[in-house]
Amino acid sequence: MNKFSIYQYLLILVILTVGFIYALPNIYPTQPSIQVAYTDSGKSADQALLVELKDILSQSESEYDEIFLRENKIVVKFYDVNKQLASKTILQNALLDKVIIALNLEPSTPQWLKNLGGNPVKLGLDLSGGVHFLLEVDIDTAQLGRLELLLDSYRTTFKDERISYDKSSINDLALFFQFSDKSSYNKALKKYKEDSPLINGVQYVITERPSSNILLLEYSDIALREIRDYAVGQNLVTLRNRVNELGVSEPVVQRQGANRIVVELPGVQDPTAAKKIIGKTANLEFRLEANSRTSPLRKEKFNFKDNEFQTAFLEKAVVVSGDRVTNANTGFDESGFAQVNITLDMEGGRALQKATTGNIGRRLGVLFVEQKNKSELVTNDLGEKIIEQTSYIEKNIISLATVQAVLGTSFRITGVGSPAEASELALLLRAGALAAPMKFVEERTVGPSLGKENIELGIRSIVIGFSMVVLFMFFYYRVFGLAANFSLVINLVLITGIMSLLGATLTLPGIAGIVLTVGMAVDANVLIFSRIREELKEKDPQLAIKDGFSRAFVTIFDANVTTLIAALILYVIGTGPIKGFAITLSIGIVTSMFTAIMCTRGIVNLVYGNRNIKVLKI
Amino acid sequence: MKFRKIAAIISVTFLIVSILSLSFRGLNLGLDFSGGTLVEVTYDKPVSLEFIRDNLSENGYADSQVVNFGTNLDVLIKVADIDGNSSIGEDIYNILNSSESNIDLKRVEFVGPQVGEELRDQGGLGMLVALFMILLYVAFRFQYKFGLGAVAALGHDVIIILGCFSVFAWDFDLTVLAALLAVIGYSLNDTIVVSDRIRENFRTERVLEPLDMIDLSLNQTLSRTIITSLTTLLVLFALFFFGGELIKGFSLALILGVLVGTYSSIYVVANMLLSLNLTQEDLALPEPEGADFDDMP
Repeated sequence: MNKFSIYQYLLILVILTVGFIYALPNIYPTQPSIQVAYTDSGKSADQALLVELKDILSQSESEYDEIFLRENKIVVKFYDVNKQLASKTILQNALLDKVIIALNLEPSTPQWLKNLGGNPVKLGLDLSGGVHFLLEVDIDTAQLGRLELLLDSYRTTFKDERISYDKSSINDLALFFQFSDKSSYNKALKKYKEDSPLINGVQYVITERPSSNILLLEYSDIALREIRDYAVGQNLVTLRNRVNELGVSEPVVQRQGANRIVVELPGVQDPTAAKKIIGKTANLEFRLEANSRTSPLRKEKFNFKDNEFQTAFLEKAVVVSGDRVTNANTGFDESGFAQVNITLDMEGGRALQKATTGNIGRRLGVLFVEQKNKSELVTNDLGEKIIEQTSYIEKNIISLATVQAVLGTSFRITGVGSPAEASELALLLRAGALAAPMKFVEERTVGPSLGKENIELGIRSIVIGFSMVVLFMFFYYRVFGLAANFSLVINLVLITGIMSLLGATLTLPGIAGIVLTVGMAVDANVLIFSRIREELKEKDPQLAIKDGFSRAFVTIFDANVTTLIAALILYVIGTGPIKGFAITLSIGIVTSMFTAIMCTRGIVNLVYGNRNIKVLKI
Repeated sequence: MKFRKIAAIISVTFLIVSILSLSFRGLNLGLDFSGGTLVEVTYDKPVSLEFIRDNLSENGYADSQVVNFGTNLDVLIKVADIDGNSSIGEDIYNILNSSESNIDLKRVEFVGPQVGEELRDQGGLGMLVALFMILLYVAFRFQYKFGLGAVAALGHDVIIILGCFSVFAWDFDLTVLAALLAVIGYSLNDTIVVSDRIRENFRTERVLEPLDMIDLSLNQTLSRTIITSLTTLLVLFALFFFGGELIKGFSLALILGVLVGTYSSIYVVANMLLSLNLTQEDLALPEPEGADFDDMP
């Protein structure tokens, strides 16, 4: 009677096999490797670079295991850390600033496992070491910038339409206009209402004070969300570009909540340098082209970014800098040619207006400013060749276009070539700019020694805790204890397999969650076994086993569902490491239910199922 | 259940002490909740904390806490938040690094004031939501009196653990909060096993008085309760002694939680059920015996 059908055994076997296969990648050691990418983030690594790297490595007789192209990087695997470091130096010496080389640990998962989607568990920053930043985007400033533009445009509109007003300003993030008479007031109100509708609602919230001819205009929630999303999205793009410059192997740049951005840089040890690059601003300059009257002292020669042989002289005075650019996108002009639309903030618009007045017909240049590191091979005092890095600033012209009219906050650059070139220019214009200022609200740095120590301590406590529980169960329940212990091992394999399969991140509290699961997982079996003991008092062994399992099931189910509720809530409210705990705890609860009920039962059935037992020792 | 009265007195005493301590002393909030900056460094030889303190206060960090962390080579420095300034960590590292001994930076943590506040609110809210959801689930699966009993037991456990952290001024950070939620899950596990037995006995044994019935159920589940607590405590002690400094608070909270949780599932729930006058009618089954085993695979 205590027999599983062949299908039940098959089901257990299938689940075990799948769990085992996906847990497998974790036992392969990681291999020291380097990742090579072009310094220019617009360029993807290609076959040519692969061949070049191969040549350099074979010329210097550096041994490597494998070299291949993955996404936009080239990965080279080595047999040991010394060869990795030596080859990095050789490559960096040969290619200097052309490429960014990042050190990495590449999993040595065999190909057939990779084909099945098998990957080792990702380690959280507290285990791998690295830097975690949380940045907050200042939405109020972004909103204020928009309001300033809006104020300016309505002032112009009202002037054009002969609507007269006495006072205009921005008060508490609202546009304030006091009109001279009732008819102006009504015309303005009509104008506002005409401008307000969006596709999905209204843009403005208008407060009317007819007695004093005052209109207050605020952005609606929809408009505010759009401003916020734009600002955060734009900053995200900018941050990604900047993080790429750091040469980190697997950086994370993600939006978190309404107005925050998480940046995680595994392996980065110097938060100061990382912060400097992430936090830098303004890397565009708008300058007028120098003409025959410009004195030689007040002009500078620059190269074009896309063509290093083409040069132009620009004035030294910067009209507007990149932090004034609030938006840049592509569009088409009247005759269907690609153009780039640029929006500046109020101050930028005013400065540009002043500079272009009286200068129609001259050309306006846009300079792309990059902070770069130059590496040079130098021989030091000891006669060793070392790379010396100096940082310098490089400025290149990305656009030089004729001024056709007096420019303000919005203008366009036409004649930019193909739509692809236009969008490239728009990207460059946006790349430098942060749509809204950001500040660091959280920062966590974990040194590599601490990360390694955490892994060791975590594994040690799993091993010790696990052994104690296994010993206890064996001495207390004997054969049944062995069955439970076997389930416990399977449980650990399944947790690892599922973590790998889901691509979940393992953190130190996550390891604690696994340890806790080991302690609590036997609970289900303890419940079942003590139930069998009780049933044995009045029933024969086979029936006792059967009833023991089935009676205990409801209890186990209820008890686990409630723990799962707590774990899920933890997942929702938790951040980083705590989420890791919630994940392992939740997975552990589910797998332990499966192993304790199905696997233990399977083993017990295999051992006792077909026999006529008189006395059951439990 | 002979100790019912004594247990009630002990529980109430602990609760009162905890609540008093929480309201007057409060919790020693860790960096996650208080905001501020924390730097952990390892020296290559032991240094006097006094020296580090003097060094820091000369450089403008008079209000810093300097303590050993684990070994006498590891030093932990905590500075309260200064206008959300996020570069204090680097500054401190540079100050320490410029003095003679060699140091290795283990970690820097900076939590801005608003983030700390949010984490605090979120944590408290999460705890309440968890308790409420559990009340609903238990009320739905059992009966509302069990739900109240379970939530009373959980509230009891959480308050006493918080009380311990307050009385002994242990650091209360995010991992401890996580442990507290895990305790809710764990203690509930116990509570449900006991309640489940009480429910079953109320349905099958029709002769006994409620008090005897609960007594019988507790005795039947006692060995399981003790064994499970034992295995859980085994792994928690492994975690406490071998898991490193970072999760000491976490394992401590869990150890307390398992102890208090085991106790509360035996006494608090039973006491609550008795004072709520649980009767057989409360658990009368609409469907025939054994119908609730239908989820068995």
